[in-house]
Amino acid sequence: MTRKPITEDDLQAYVDNALSPERRGEVAEYLLTNPEASMRIAAYEKQSLVLREILDPVAREPIPSRLNLANIAANRPANTAPPFWRTAVAAAVILAIGATGGWTMKGLSLPATEGVVALAQEASASYGVFAPDKVRPVEIRFDGTNSLKQLASDTLGAQTILPDLSRSGYRLMGGRVIPTANGPGLMLMYDNDKGSRLVMLTRRMKVDQDKPMVASSDTSVRGWSWANNGMGFSLVGSLPGDDLHAIADLAKTQVATSL
Amino acid sequence: MDDMLLQVEPIIPALRRYARGLLGDVEASDDIVQDCLERVVANWSRRRDDNARSWVFAILHNLAVNRLRQKARRGNMVPLEDMPEASGASEATQEQTVYGNEVMSAIELLPPDHRSILLLISVEDLSYAEAANVLGVPVGTVMSRLSRAREQLRVLLESSPTGIRVGGSHLRRVK
Repeated sequence: MTRKPITEDDLQAYVDNALSPERRGEVAEYLLTNPEASMRIAAYEKQSLVLREILDPVAREPIPSRLNLANIAANRPANTAPPFWRTAVAAAVILAIGATGGWTMKGLSLPATEGVVALAQEASASYGVFAPDKVRPVEIRFDGTNSLKQLASDTLGAQTILPDLSRSGYRLMGGRVIPTANGPGLMLMYDNDKGSRLVMLTRRMKVDQDKPMVASSDTSVRGWSWANNGMGFSLVGSLPGDDLHAIADLAKTQVATSL
Repeated sequence: MDDMLLQVEPIIPALRRYARGLLGDVEASDDIVQDCLERVVANWSRRRDDNARSWVFAILHNLAVNRLRQKARRGNMVPLEDMPEASGASEATQEQTVYGNEVMSAIELLPPDHRSILLLISVEDLSYAEAANVLGVPVGTVMSRLSRAREQLRVLLESSPTGIRVGGSHLRRVK
């Protein structure tokens, strides 16, 4: 009688107890006469055991409340837009940037691709894409731990202040890294109790290293941008320019003290 | 919705365990579990996979891989202090604890592909087919990866505890 030869897969499945009883018997028999394989299998079995022992306590920890599935499901907006909707918004924003950018550039010999004006455009693009996002507007939530601060300093390479805008009713939600033609930018998002959102984009400046605050606006999004000591800031949102200016001043005072 | 709670809630402890084994850091692990659950809620009705467990694990795995990539880009390592310690298991003897720490340090040195296959098979008890589903590779790849991962871990552990702590150049050759 000829048997199927023992394969490496059989040996792995032996460790994982995934063989039929007959095959398991055959492998066991094989191991008796193959000390090298038998030694390896013993080591693998021990690995599995130890890994399980080390990690099992994690599965016995009480589940943190932020991982309460029923709450997560309940917090979800009742009727979520189909996924193409978000893509469409993003596409529209990009189209709009392309269109307005192209138009602006038409009359200018030197297009704004780097300075504070470019920063304002980048900020308003980020706002256009992420402010309407109900599911994942930010990558890292501001949850009182250090993770957002860490992201900020990893991105900007410096001790970064996360402005506290609560005096104006806006609460820091979190942030994400935004790619720009001028390097990585840190986008922070804020909201108030009515769900109105603000975006602040910060990145290092090659051009316009120091620049007093200037206003920008396209149809519904307004912004105030400035640069201080090589770092550029742009705050954008859909609220009246004067209100936004006051909030930008608040942010500016706070970040100025960090530089 | 009730169906989702029924099927997904019981595996949340396992999701946290897998994330922790892969990322080490407690906060980062729970972050991706939270992201994962949000995606589960958002996509539950659209899922094509009737095995809820491997579908959810696949979402988590992809989030973890992105996270690891980001980390590699920023160039910081998971602090070992954040790894769960065997001392958490009350029955562990001193010797087991030391060995457990060695295993955890060795796991850190494995490439993420190898780490995840070991965790999915040995800790999460997924079948080979389920693991293939989670990782998006054929079962044959699961088998060869598993075999290489186990062998690599064995060699790392045999090169003495100090060898692991030095963690340096001579261990890299094993790859």
